[in-house]
Amino acid sequence: MLFKLAWLSILNRRSTAFLTIFSIAISVALLLGIEQLRKSMRNSFLQTVSGIDLVVGARGDAIPILLYSVFRLGEATNNLRWQSYLEWAADERVEWTIPLSLGDSHRGFRVLGTNSDYWRHYRYGKERKLELKTGEFFDGLYDAVIGSVVAEKLKYQLNQQIVIAHGAGSAALFEHDDQPFRIVGILKPTGTPVDQTIHVSLEAIEAIHIGWEDGFPSTQTGKPATMNISELQPKSITAFLVRLSSRMQTFRVQGEINSFEKEPLSAILPGVTMQKLWQILGTFERTLMTVSALVVLSSLTSLISLLLATMNERRREIAILRSVGAGPQRIFVLLWIEATLLCFVGGLLGFVLQYAGLMAVEPMVKNQFGLQLFLEWPGKEEFLFFLLIMSIGMMLSLFPAWRAYRISLHDGLLPKI
Amino acid sequence: MKKNAVLVRDVIFAWPTSTTAILKIENLNIPENSKTLIQGPSGSGKTTLLSLLAGILLPTSGQAVVLSEDLTRLNSKKRDAFRVDQIGFLFQQFNLIPYLNLIENVLLPCRFSRVRYQNAGNTESGLKKEACRLLNLLGLKPEKFSHLATQKLSVGQQQRVAAARALIGNPKLILADEPTSALDPENRLAFLELIFKECSKNQTTLIMVSHDTSLSAQFDQVIDLDVLNQARGDDLSFAEN
Repeated sequence: MLFKLAWLSILNRRSTAFLTIFSIAISVALLLGIEQLRKSMRNSFLQTVSGIDLVVGARGDAIPILLYSVFRLGEATNNLRWQSYLEWAADERVEWTIPLSLGDSHRGFRVLGTNSDYWRHYRYGKERKLELKTGEFFDGLYDAVIGSVVAEKLKYQLNQQIVIAHGAGSAALFEHDDQPFRIVGILKPTGTPVDQTIHVSLEAIEAIHIGWEDGFPSTQTGKPATMNISELQPKSITAFLVRLSSRMQTFRVQGEINSFEKEPLSAILPGVTMQKLWQILGTFERTLMTVSALVVLSSLTSLISLLLATMNERRREIAILRSVGAGPQRIFVLLWIEATLLCFVGGLLGFVLQYAGLMAVEPMVKNQFGLQLFLEWPGKEEFLFFLLIMSIGMMLSLFPAWRAYRISLHDGLLPKI
Repeated sequence: MKKNAVLVRDVIFAWPTSTTAILKIENLNIPENSKTLIQGPSGSGKTTLLSLLAGILLPTSGQAVVLSEDLTRLNSKKRDAFRVDQIGFLFQQFNLIPYLNLIENVLLPCRFSRVRYQNAGNTESGLKKEACRLLNLLGLKPEKFSHLATQKLSVGQQQRVAAARALIGNPKLILADEPTSALDPENRLAFLELIFKECSKNQTTLIMVSHDTSLSAQFDQVIDLDVLNQARGDDLSFAEN
């Protein structure tokens, strides 16, 4: 009966009730949305590359190595020799490797030289393979496969010719304009730096740098008109990714690479390093969470103040209910149910809003920002969130309920209006 | 000799925070099945007396026995239960809950009292029928009953709904606080007669307070509260010494 009364009372005040519910819903949606976004960013960050055990580069700190090899940010100070790579790739404990050669760019996007192992072994997210939207993986010397964001931003299509510039940045001085590449494939979006990369073969990187040993085009170029791929053995690469046959060996192999006599190398654990990096970036997410938690709190508080403000108008109603036998405790419970119902409906609506909203922006976020949203059904965490918001709401609801209780005791059957 | 519906002995009432007596009544008897009008100008303590009889307020000292229950001996929960089981209320105006339809407004006491529920029909359909019967009896058209139109009703119509609510489930006592003051003079009598008729049918005691002297002739007993109430701004702390 009290439940029904509370519900009818809310319906009677539907315009204000709706606004209150809506403000709670929006704040809850905001909080949950930010939480989802945070989780997605974290997941997509930590799963930028998956299934690899070590990243190996020239001797250096872990974070820079991770940044240039996986995130393709910044420059490697040194390359490592092709021979060293071959030696480690042939180690019997190594299941597979992916060589990476960076340093060139095309209109602000990084050019990555690699080989077919990249297509075969590269994984991101939860063990997901790279997939082509159109075309095929590169085969010829001047073939390029571009990421989805590259294609989107530069409006590139299959078979288009592109010219690669030496060095990073859109203002790279020298262009390898004598050796244009042809786009043979466009990748599907992954939500990782792969989307912003132009992939070519290691040999092509070698080919365009023939005669560039000093870092700029030599004046007396006698470039071979036709080049044979087998003659274009790379002399160095930037880094390589390693997958071991047994994870148990990780630390052992890492130690051996770090103390490799022929060349100073550094092997890093990508998972640990990414965690470390994320912790550095984490302040931002904590700030966001705090702000949205405060928004929820403020909308709950406004609900309570609204109920308190209307309490005077309801004195008559309380007196009538008392005259028909509702004790002060019942009045208390009635008001409490009413406030709690508002919170509850608002919270539920917030959930719906949040999912609907994220579902709506999901493709846009993926295409524009390269961020893969992990839309999942509400799990334990969301449930706990909801429970927390509800319990705060229910606790705050005690205020108007208490006020009504006092009024009912004080006024009796005679509302003092 | 009839039993007394109300028996008040040496009652003094003052608000807890004050020492000034508002009500001081040595002796008040109201027999069962009677119709009593308590008259007096505003400020004479009429509403306070009704609140005492309803068990909303407790006397500072003395005894108030209503329908053989000594209210001073009941705790607040029991008084709440007693009130809804035994007493129907009728206020001056604004008697209705705006978000309930007419029938639900009439049935409110049955929602809080087992006794009233049983008396009014004991089933949902029985309750509805009884509510409709009372509304009909009091002159309201049935097509309005289920509509949520309580605010659109005239004051007179609202009072009829409130009267039906006071009557439903045959409470033994009806307390009415100026129920007719918002009505036109020509409607007052008709309204009272309908309530009287239902009261005598169910052997219900009716106590009404009003400052309207024109209604006196309709009642079995008229009490002038100005005479009955001996509180003259007495200072209790002084009186007790």
